[in-house]
Amino acid sequence: MNLPWRSIPLWLGALCLLAIGVAALAAPVLVGSDPLAMVARPYLWPGQNAAHWLGTDMLGRDLWSGLVYGARVSLRIGLEAGVCTALLGLAIGCLAGYFGGWVDNLLMRVTELFQIMPSLIFTLVLVIILGPRVDTLVLGIAATAWPNVARLARGEAQRLAGMEFVQAARVIGMSEARILWVHILPNALMPVLAMLAMLVGHAILTEAALAFLGLSDPNVVSWGSMIGAGRDVLRTAWYMTALPGLAIFFTVAALGLLGGALNDWLNPRRGGLQ
Amino acid sequence: MSVLSVEGLCVRYAGQQNPAVDDLSFSVEAGQTLALVGESGSGKSTTGFAILGLLPAQAQVRARQLAFAGQNLLGLSENALCAVRGGGIGMVFQDALSALNPLMTVGEQIAEAVRLHHPVSRAEARARALALLKRVRIAEAQRRLDEYPHRLSGGMRQRVVIAMALAGEPRMLIADEPTTALDVTIQAQILRLLADLQAEAGLALLLITHDLGVVAEMADRVLVMRHGRCLEQRDVLDLFNAPQHPYTRQLLAACPPVGSPV
Ligand SMILES: Nc1ncnc2c1ncn2[C@@H]1O[C@H](COP(=O)(O)OP(=O)(O)OP(=O)(O)O)[C@@H](O)[C@H]1O
Ligand SMILES: [Mg+2]
Repeated sequence: MNLPWRSIPLWLGALCLLAIGVAALAAPVLVGSDPLAMVARPYLWPGQNAAHWLGTDMLGRDLWSGLVYGARVSLRIGLEAGVCTALLGLAIGCLAGYFGGWVDNLLMRVTELFQIMPSLIFTLVLVIILGPRVDTLVLGIAATAWPNVARLARGEAQRLAGMEFVQAARVIGMSEARILWVHILPNALMPVLAMLAMLVGHAILTEAALAFLGLSDPNVVSWGSMIGAGRDVLRTAWYMTALPGLAIFFTVAALGLLGGALNDWLNPRRGGLQ
Repeated sequence: MSVLSVEGLCVRYAGQQNPAVDDLSFSVEAGQTLALVGESGSGKSTTGFAILGLLPAQAQVRARQLAFAGQNLLGLSENALCAVRGGGIGMVFQDALSALNPLMTVGEQIAEAVRLHHPVSRAEARARALALLKRVRIAEAQRRLDEYPHRLSGGMRQRVVIAMALAGEPRMLIADEPTTALDVTIQAQILRLLADLQAEAGLALLLITHDLGVVAEMADRVLVMRHGRCLEQRDVLDLFNAPQHPYTRQLLAACPPVGSPV
């Protein structure tokens, strides 16, 4: 079970994400200005002014500052929503797959119900009802993304439930709840972990899509909210949309590379992990 | 008093015409080995799981008596059954390759089994796991404690499984074809280990097998099963010397000649 150290996509993805992550963490060191403060003349193009090398938006807010601080919010929403999605899907999938019978029937009907709803619209409605804040965005995204994880975890739990070590655990007197916790969850976690990078990418994209539609937390800057703000001047000052757009593109692409490499490694179906 | 006493055990799987186990009666004493033999599908494993209350929900179990150490097992609550499983009756099955969780070390798994039946600290459970590994005579027990199952050979894994079965200090062991998946030399070692452990602790042993060579070596009494029914139940010497039922004779004839029991 060695990591594929030679894998180029793995390195490329990991380095790219590391750079973005470090920039996000070091935001106060990297940039001098508050991303929401109006610090210069509006509509400065990138390269026009050395003090604001990526330019300013229509209100004179520094775009470099926005990108760096926006990384914090976008990554945070992506990570939190990704983890919530994975945990929710894992819990529901494992319960359904392990217990089977009516528990499985009930949980899978609910899962299907969530799956047939157009997920972006469902998230949109949730966020409109709850009000656009970072935590409600996380909730709204996780609430619609979990069914795929649940299906994966269910299949895994079903396979595990038939394995001899689960029967062996019953034979030594382990309760069903403990078996679920000790044997099923950790084993079903592997393929779900392999999906995590993809879930984070999905969450970042969804946040951006919602922000483009005007649903973003007004108190913080995210890449999505920058795109949303730049939308009105797209024809004259396209760089305001293009810069955060590129940031999202690189982040999601890096997540995709990393996720693919990790998936090859962690997914037991491909015989990677003994 | 018998450690295990079964009378009139019947098991029927939903949707099947014939019962998988039909009016089976036997008992096992401390220090004694009863062998359950019969062809594939004769209901041997079903009997073992029925004793522990581990048959799937679609199996209907009835018995006039199903008592372990004087305690009626039928109608026990799930919690009470969990205490009997591993704590009173241990079980070992055929396929040791998949009987261990691939993500947990050998030591963790045995310690988990210890803590299910004894309220001890983690450190104490680990110490007991080590002692158990030594008891099942694993080479380099200390090192094996922190190893993952895929690093162990089939024979070693079966020893670990036996250690887990012994973790709750049961008075009885059910071994369901414990050596079928192993190669011949390892089979002999595992059988010897079972016999030694039985002698050390005075365990009652219910040995499920279709290998009459194993029966000749291990068993005190033999119960021959077919289609869920008991054909004959006798001391092992009597059975080998003078099989009464035609089916038993057939079984003995199909088996390479075994000398007198060792
Ligand atoms: N879960 C189940 N559902 C329905 N029928 C079953 C189930 N398990 C076993 N049976 C049936 O019950 C009968 C007895 O099976 P059992 O597994 O007890 O046989 P066995 O003597 O252990 O055979 P083997 O030597 O192959 O292990 C068989 O006819 C089998 O088809
Ligand atoms: Mg069997």
